[in-house]
Amino acid sequence: MNNIVVMPMIIPLLTGIVLVFLRPYVKAQRVFSIVSIVATIAVSIYLLNRIQTDGILRLDFGGWMPPFGILFVADSFAMLLVVTTAIVTGILLFYAFSSIGKAHENMFFYPFVFFLVAGVNGSFLTGDLFNLFVCFEVMLLSSYVLITLGGRKVQLVESIKYVSINVLSSWFFLLAIAYLYGTVGTLNMAHLSVRIAEVGQGPLLTVISVIFLIVFSLKAGLLLYFWLPGSYSSPPTVVAALFGALLTKVGIYAMFRVFTLIFYHEPGVTHMLIGVMAAITMIGGSIGAIAFNDVRQIVSYNVIIAVGFILVGLAVSTEVAIQGSIYYLIHDMIIKALLFLLAGTMIYLTGTAKIEKMSGLIRNYPLLGWLFFLTMLSLAGIPPLSGFIGKVYVGQGAIEAGSFVLLGIGFFSSILVLYSLLRIFMNCFWGETIINEDDDVPLSKGMLVPCVLFGLLTIGLGFGAEGIALYVSDAAHTLMNPDVYIQAVLKE
Amino acid sequence: METLITILVGVLVTVAVYLLLSRNLIRVILGTAILSHAVHLLLMTMGGLKKGSVPLLGEEAESYVDALPQALILTAIVISFAVTAFLLVLAYRTYKETGLDDLDALRGFEDE
Repeated sequence: MNNIVVMPMIIPLLTGIVLVFLRPYVKAQRVFSIVSIVATIAVSIYLLNRIQTDGILRLDFGGWMPPFGILFVADSFAMLLVVTTAIVTGILLFYAFSSIGKAHENMFFYPFVFFLVAGVNGSFLTGDLFNLFVCFEVMLLSSYVLITLGGRKVQLVESIKYVSINVLSSWFFLLAIAYLYGTVGTLNMAHLSVRIAEVGQGPLLTVISVIFLIVFSLKAGLLLYFWLPGSYSSPPTVVAALFGALLTKVGIYAMFRVFTLIFYHEPGVTHMLIGVMAAITMIGGSIGAIAFNDVRQIVSYNVIIAVGFILVGLAVSTEVAIQGSIYYLIHDMIIKALLFLLAGTMIYLTGTAKIEKMSGLIRNYPLLGWLFFLTMLSLAGIPPLSGFIGKVYVGQGAIEAGSFVLLGIGFFSSILVLYSLLRIFMNCFWGETIINEDDDVPLSKGMLVPCVLFGLLTIGLGFGAEGIALYVSDAAHTLMNPDVYIQAVLKE
Repeated sequence: METLITILVGVLVTVAVYLLLSRNLIRVILGTAILSHAVHLLLMTMGGLKKGSVPLLGEEAESYVDALPQALILTAIVISFAVTAFLLVLAYRTYKETGLDDLDALRGFEDE
């Protein structure tokens, strides 16, 4: 029993509730949200370190021993993502202070950011499939509100699509849970793993696992990403950055958890399917990223390519590849937030999203330009930056497993990522400036500092990879050896 | 009993899919509501249906109903209620802003 395990979810949840009552006091909301996000970061880092000494921590709600009750399980993989979520949200809050505007701040913007974080952290920590569904819904309902907040026409229209797709995927989730419960009679993830190892993963269970694959693919944007570019490009910059950094990652996390812990007996079917879907995702995403002239669309398609690349690691399923995926996952949360912020800032400065209408921005805003350059290099995987380690490990794992086609597509898509961003860089930042001194919009510090912080994080993660190597290898070890997780949950 | 409920679920899903594929926004929302009811019934059925028993009668009870699916449905109903309420408000606001409730007309909508 470790009551502290619930803190990364309960702090944001309580903060959200308190912030609802602080509606008229914008200053108080800001101070309170910063204090509580710092507390979340601190608790998460403490937990991450404690796992290294005490092993996997768990909390049985109400004292019901697993497999009967619901529970939270904190292992290295989950906690690494919780820490990254908290840090990314903290920095994005700073950007929100200077950009979101008073109308949003008075309309419950901060509470819903915190509810979103509570849902995301809950999804990472839960050890029970139905609880995962509930946390998904908490996260999705807050995201529905955040995407429509402001009520511009395009937001409303795009969100209808987003909400109905997610209702449908929640339906599939419940369907899969119902059939799984009918078949094996439990929903505790560790217990499921034991039961399925006992009875063997027959065709029926494989079909159920494919339904789970569909559900998580819809959330993660693996192959079924058609809804993503529209809904990620309509809300305000901060919200888009929050979505790009967090929402798809939860789907990816669930996929890793389910297909390494529960349905790992038939890799010929499920993991092959993931591999094929990842390949098509990367190809489709690359085509989208180079086809559009709209900055927001290009950035959204970059999210999709990264999803495909991370899941190459799961499709290959060797310990090295999983390590690579975890590094890349953390890197991607940071760098996608930065990319969305930069794109949003560019649109704010020029008033247009079309790349052919922008030019020479680097003359007016040199720091912004070089930050974009840094982001581009980091996403393409140039060595000292954070994208490099993930790509190397995923590549190494793919070679070990002999999946050369996936490897080829993965690395070719990286070149197309570089090309698509280079196109933005050359068109928008290079060349003659078209902004004359009179209508030069000043770039406020509040918008620039968060971008710089993210830039420092990507450099720091690249140089400091050794610092998190311990946690990442522990996380990959737990994922590849389900017994570790089962022992931690079902012992006593 | 189980077979009967399963057929009922099938009918509900058919109705829901028909409504979801229509062009009218309100029909789509009703479709999602019916769809979630269908899956709630399925959850209940998968736990096994027994006549005349209550979930918990103490340790010596001869027959009892599995309480877990009922707990699951309770949660799922609350969530689907919230999502349906949100969707209705969303549809109302969209109609107020754009004057459209036809999904074909809303397709590819841009305001810039």
